[in-house]
Amino acid sequence: MSEHGNSDVKRRDFLYVATGAAGAVAVGGIVWPLVSQLGPNARERAAGAPVEVDVSEIEPGQSITVIWRGAPYFVRHLTEEEVTAARGAAEGEYRDYVPADERMAKAEGGEAEWAIVAANCTHLGCIPTKVETSGLDGWICPCHGSKFDVTGRVTKGPAPTNLPLPPFAFAAEDKLVIGADAA
Amino acid sequence: MSGHSTYNPTTGVGKWMDERLPLARLMHDSFVSYPVPRNLNAFYTFGGILMVMLVSQIISGVVIAMHYTADASLAFESVQLLRRDVAYGGLLQNWHAVGASFFFVAVYVHIFRGLYYGSYKAPREVLWILGVVIYLLMMATAFMGYVLPWGQMSYWGAKVITGFFTAIPLVGGVVTEYLLGGYNVGNATLTRFYSLHYLLPFMITGVVILHVWALHVTGQTNPTGVEVKSKQDVIPFTPYATIKDALALVVFMLVMCYFVFYLPDYLGHADNYIPADPLKTPAHIVPEWYFLPFYAILRAVDFNIGIPFTEIVLIDSKLGGVLAMFGAIAVLFFVPWLDSSDVRSTNYRPMYKIFFWLFVINSIFLGYLGSRPAEGIWIPLTKVSTFWYFFHFLAVMPLMGLFEKTTPRPASITDAVLASSEGAGAPQVAGTTAEAEKRG
Repeated sequence: MSEHGNSDVKRRDFLYVATGAAGAVAVGGIVWPLVSQLGPNARERAAGAPVEVDVSEIEPGQSITVIWRGAPYFVRHLTEEEVTAARGAAEGEYRDYVPADERMAKAEGGEAEWAIVAANCTHLGCIPTKVETSGLDGWICPCHGSKFDVTGRVTKGPAPTNLPLPPFAFAAEDKLVIGADAA
Repeated sequence: MSGHSTYNPTTGVGKWMDERLPLARLMHDSFVSYPVPRNLNAFYTFGGILMVMLVSQIISGVVIAMHYTADASLAFESVQLLRRDVAYGGLLQNWHAVGASFFFVAVYVHIFRGLYYGSYKAPREVLWILGVVIYLLMMATAFMGYVLPWGQMSYWGAKVITGFFTAIPLVGGVVTEYLLGGYNVGNATLTRFYSLHYLLPFMITGVVILHVWALHVTGQTNPTGVEVKSKQDVIPFTPYATIKDALALVVFMLVMCYFVFYLPDYLGHADNYIPADPLKTPAHIVPEWYFLPFYAILRAVDFNIGIPFTEIVLIDSKLGGVLAMFGAIAVLFFVPWLDSSDVRSTNYRPMYKIFFWLFVINSIFLGYLGSRPAEGIWIPLTKVSTFWYFFHFLAVMPLMGLFEKTTPRPASITDAVLASSEGAGAPQVAGTTAEAEKRG
């Protein structure tokens, strides 16, 4: 029995708890670096800086693939026909509908409409193949058959969402920067 | 269940060692005098075959690792160098790659044997669960090993499989980055997979030791499902089971050698002879054959699951597919409690027998569906087949035991053996059987 009023708590109890707490901190200190090393290393992060793309050579209807952070992005110069088809498409055809205009971009003062989307299928990351026939269909994924329209909105297949839009901005009419905030 | 040890060291060194570290005694009790049911059939030899396959994979793997370079720019080259310029390198590499396939052939026979004879039923639940753990570790090891040659299928297989983790709500992106060691499958991914591919087989070895330990505590099942009741029901492991296992191993190895020597690429994909290209998806990504049924289940869920008549999506199609796929493996852990029948062997369950074989056919069909492109008729068929896979475990197994009429089981293993040998025109009385067995 302790001389203090609270007789249930003994000095031993305090020592047990303190030892346990110190042990937990030590385990945390060991586990933290072991887990942290799994993440992208500093060089990998540095290589993730924005990339500049000259888009002057891309004709309407053409699409190029740009690499940023080791992942590919489609930069597609939309034809007028495609822009009309994308705007006119019924909402019911989409699983993850957003208006076409939110999926397209124009350089300031430029005429061309661009679709700049991640080139990895939102299902499991395969690279969709461009559909060459002109119209609403833009890409089809060779792995599990997901279909995307010309602005990268999913219409069919297992992909749950549209192809994501990377952060990008037009530095000039023919100079696209992928990875830079549009601000 | 073996009772007292019958090990009796005769040499001085043997006695000296036995008093200090009775390793020889452990081996003798486990693999020589260990009693096994006298009626084990050929399907019971696959446990031994799997042990040999594990050792074979470790030895061939350690050897080819001496020539392999885990670097995204050198890995493909180093495998080609191994195949072309290292003495017997092509043979060793084929042995390891084909060996992985045959490891899975053996494990599937072993698993279906367990399902047929009710090897998961009390008191063998832990034994069964350890087996499922081994199977999971094997899948992880095989997947990571397939990435190492860094061909197109290696790369895109890795991309698809690691893509599963992006389906995790909220933290999926970060988890995937930490898994890959970058923003995409790359060098960091290759080096960590190499490290883990080397580690996991030794973890498998550890779990195999537990698996065999658990087996030797409960004793083996047998085709009748009736537990061992007397000394007449068992024979010593050596020479009887040893010889039988050895014969089965030779036959198994003959088939495997045929593949190694004459069809080394039959079970692989031609695309893996193209170096990995992050910008070009192969026209048709398929995993190795042993993952195809699960791949089909993954693709079966191509719809969002939400609250009906609302726009609210609870599980999107991607997460749904991944959950179904992992669920298809996870359900195996619960098999001991899903089966409501107390009759162990399917031999005495005529109704369940039909469903068992339906399940086997369906599993093979799922594998076939996994190899087909996701289009046309294959999509609805995949859904039906996936449904049946789960229906078997979640409905047939729990309900069948409540309604079915089972046929009478023999009173003992010896009774069953005598009954079948009488049928073959060799009448015997119980007392003389052990004698006959020795002469035979």
